Amino acid sequence: MGESTKNTGGGLGAGARFFTNTAGFFKRGAAIFVFWAIWEALPQLGIVAPFFLPPFSVVAETIGGMAADGELVNHLAASLKRALTGFAMGMCVSVPLGLLIGWFKPVSKFLDPLLQVFRQTSALALFPVFILFFGIGEVSKIAIIYWGAQWAILLNTTAGVRNVDPLLIKAARSMAASDLTIFRRVVLPASLPYIFTGARLSATTSILVLTAAEMVGAKAGLGFLVFDAQQKFEIPRMYAGIVLMSILGFTANYLILSLEKRWTSWKGDLLPQT
Amino acid sequence: MTDNIETSASVKIRVRGVSKSFSVKSKDGGGKDTFYAVRDVSFDVIEGEFLAIVGPSGCGKSTLLDLLAGLDRASEGEISIDGKAITGPGLDRGLVMQGYALFPWLTVSENIAFGLDIKKTPKKQSADIIKRYIDLVGLSAFADRYPRELSGGMKQRVAIARALAFDPNVLLMDEPFAALDAQTRETLQEELLRIWMETRKTIVFITHGIEEAVFLAQRVAVMTNGPGTIKEVLNIDIPVPRKAGDVKDLPNFGWLTRRIWKSLHNEEDGLSRKGEYDI
Repeated sequence: MGESTKNTGGGLGAGARFFTNTAGFFKRGAAIFVFWAIWEALPQLGIVAPFFLPPFSVVAETIGGMAADGELVNHLAASLKRALTGFAMGMCVSVPLGLLIGWFKPVSKFLDPLLQVFRQTSALALFPVFILFFGIGEVSKIAIIYWGAQWAILLNTTAGVRNVDPLLIKAARSMAASDLTIFRRVVLPASLPYIFTGARLSATTSILVLTAAEMVGAKAGLGFLVFDAQQKFEIPRMYAGIVLMSILGFTANYLILSLEKRWTSWKGDLLPQT
Repeated sequence: MTDNIETSASVKIRVRGVSKSFSVKSKDGGGKDTFYAVRDVSFDVIEGEFLAIVGPSGCGKSTLLDLLAGLDRASEGEISIDGKAITGPGLDRGLVMQGYALFPWLTVSENIAFGLDIKKTPKKQSADIIKRYIDLVGLSAFADRYPRELSGGMKQRVAIARALAFDPNVLLMDEPFAALDAQTRETLQEELLRIWMETRKTIVFITHGIEEAVFLAQRVAVMTNGPGTIKEVLNIDIPVPRKAGDVKDLPNFGWLTRRIWKSLHNEEDGLSRKGEYDI
């Protein structure tokens, strides 16, 4: 009896949760749905020329068509390969470098002025330089994405190491922990939330720089798609490319955030409120 | 001069002529002054005793504890434990601080395991030890919780268990209960006395609370500032086990707290006569 009551309760709970989740989804997405509605209405009502801004449904249809004939996968794959390679290189170089700069004061003192100057140099302004050195192919594209993506990771990782609670280091040191142990078991986990923030910012930058990089000398990719469609006055395709890019950015951010929730669950405030 | 003390087997920690000074800019700008956080401090801690060091904030008592923990080096003098000079931190001493300093990404049992890992205790053995110390501080139901899920009092219990788990001979405590509310503090004081009697560790306990010092310790060292030094060491002849409700009514308790208060207060009088606290 008690058992069955509990089961029913659980079933109801799951059902209720489904509804609250669905309701929550619509609530969170409300602004986006309103935006889509306005986008749909403006050209339909003739307020904006449909040639310049096709209704959202037309753009969605175009995306559907591109998905069907394989064009979508083609562009997405090309863009993802570049963005991911650049981003991964940024992570591989900047996380260790950031840890090093944060942990060793002399390294920080030596490198900091140079990094500050580099950081303020626009990645896009450097693109011609990269093309000059690496040619117009894949290498220069990945290199410029890497360059743009690395800063947020580097700066956040450094900040993470510098902001480790000195009391925690004192506690570890009082237990005769070696510098390596302190680094591995205190500094690294304490910096993890900062590294994740850096990664999310960098993922956004990767896609931003990707767009620009693909507008020069590319045969595929979302940036190319936008640029190419605009040149050919295929306006719905152009908007399709723009929408796909924002979806890509949103997805990247979401994926890193889920990973962050899992790995830094001890922080608690990242967990959804129940 | 102190040979007879040195040969005594019951001395656990020996502090002789210890000073900690810093070079600071002098007030008139130009030159450099030497600032003494701790000056010419000498005392012994007897094996298995509970010694409290009481003093006003800024008297250098935390600096002194850092020196005992080996986290800092004395500018002059020497500190030895079991006859060996302290050259750095070691697993023969456990430290408990006011701010708990629990690792927020580790659960209660993982926090307690930290020192055991450094000691390279085998995992199986480690698990037993962790369980024993979680039980000792009464947190059996919270082994897998993260620090953010615990109250201040519970966090400090974890910190105590963490400092005891790797089995140090000496427990160094730096105002461990100062951030807690009065009720929790009283409970933890009694718990600490119980733990001390169960484990027979040598405890050096820093506090600015006179009543806390008298309630807990067998001896109380009175520390005064400007520069920080130990003025006197008093015996607390109240038998253990002690219960807060009983002990605080004893005439001895009142007399001792007043005695220490006066000892500290005289020093503050001295300061005010120099005009530093004139209003």
